[in-house]
Amino acid sequence: MPAVLIEDVHKSYGSLEVLKGVSLAVEPGQVVALIGRSGSGKSTLLRCINGLEAFQSGRIEVAGHAVDQDQKRLRELRKDVGIVFQSYNLFPHLTVGQNIMLSPRITKNVPQAEALALAKDVLAQVGLSDKFDSYPDNLSGGQQQRVAIARSLAMKPKVMLFDEVTSALDPELTGEVLLVMEKLARDGMTMLLVTHEMNFARTVANTTVFMHQGKIWESGSSAQLFAEPQTPELRNFVGAGRH
Amino acid sequence: MRYQFQFEAVFAEADRILNGVLLTIGLSFGAIVLGLALAVLLVAAKSLFGRWVGMLVDAYVELMRNTPFLVQLFMMFFGLPLIGIRMSGTEAALLAMTLNLGAYATEIIRAGVDSIHRSQIEAGLSLAMTKRQVFQYVVLMPALARVWPALSSQFVLMLLASSICSFISVPELSGTAAIIEQNTFRSFETYIVVTLIYLALALSLKVSLLWLGRRIFPRLSSLDRLDAKAEAA
Repeated sequence: MPAVLIEDVHKSYGSLEVLKGVSLAVEPGQVVALIGRSGSGKSTLLRCINGLEAFQSGRIEVAGHAVDQDQKRLRELRKDVGIVFQSYNLFPHLTVGQNIMLSPRITKNVPQAEALALAKDVLAQVGLSDKFDSYPDNLSGGQQQRVAIARSLAMKPKVMLFDEVTSALDPELTGEVLLVMEKLARDGMTMLLVTHEMNFARTVANTTVFMHQGKIWESGSSAQLFAEPQTPELRNFVGAGRH
Repeated sequence: MRYQFQFEAVFAEADRILNGVLLTIGLSFGAIVLGLALAVLLVAAKSLFGRWVGMLVDAYVELMRNTPFLVQLFMMFFGLPLIGIRMSGTEAALLAMTLNLGAYATEIIRAGVDSIHRSQIEAGLSLAMTKRQVFQYVVLMPALARVWPALSSQFVLMLLASSICSFISVPELSGTAAIIEQNTFRSFETYIVVTLIYLALALSLKVSLLWLGRRIFPRLSSLDRLDAKAEAA
């Protein structure tokens, strides 16, 4: 059974149709990169997967949960599906440790001692063990994003979604975040990522999906897709990123 | 013609003045704590429940913010007994002050809640929190931190407005002043002393709230900086 199954999903904002029948299956342990121009619908698709955006027709199933707008079912789904955002979205009034422990404590009733051990473990995974008591605003962008990944990992997700997580970072800091994601991929995490990092998509993602005008325009194994783009739109897109 | 200041007569009533000061402090402190709690609950109700609850909260806020405090006080003290709710003057004063401050604080805190970026709420929801949990753990403290200066000045205004409670013979500082004035006929001296005491109380409250804000919200000053960064991202 696929970890993520998307079938003929349509979504509109009023009369503007942003997803025009998207279908996609992601097997467990797979890393799928979504690429495409701004406005091609890739971020919207990602946000539909954990119910942050509602869609009008079609079906999405993720980690065994059907996506609908029932709040209770959505919460169960979100315990299994993590998302990391472009703007980190750490809670500014809480320390790094508190940021990570909050949700396991209140949504899963994980005991304090266990949550503490969990937080230290995920912080070590992203290489920030020494920042447990720091506040977000004392960290660099790259560190904040790694904390956001750790916060998501603390929920022990089966699938992780990444929404342009390095777009706000300068190249130096981008590297440290990508390194963490690469390690996650190697450890077998199922990952869907919207990205502008073509190199990362090519080298880390098994599959790359090129979205254009609300549709999946072209998809296939990353190596092949980048080496031999079939459509002029993808050739154009990949070419534009290469100079 | 030169006015001869005679403060001795006023100072002779020091005990009475002290009691008045204590009652003013007590009423203000009570109204601040209860009014703040009421406002937080009302803002939570408005954010979490449907339109009808929101409209009820709005109606209450508009009612209290668009009628004179004196009239509200008279309603509590003279009106409520007619429908069987009896209160002492001090109780009526505390109730009126709480309801009045609660309305203004609701409006201020709501503005703070509105200022919290949508992405913070999405982060909370994405971590499987309920809307209530997002409000309680993610939104509330940063919202309060952001509007703490506005809340503080509203609290100081309430302290000063407590003087109006002397109209229903509550022996707080202004009520006490009226009594002393009648006893001593030293109006000018009495109100000079009372003015200085109000000034000291208001400034002390302002400083205390500033200090308290720094203690409760250590990240206060950094919040907007962080927001600007997120906005740029």
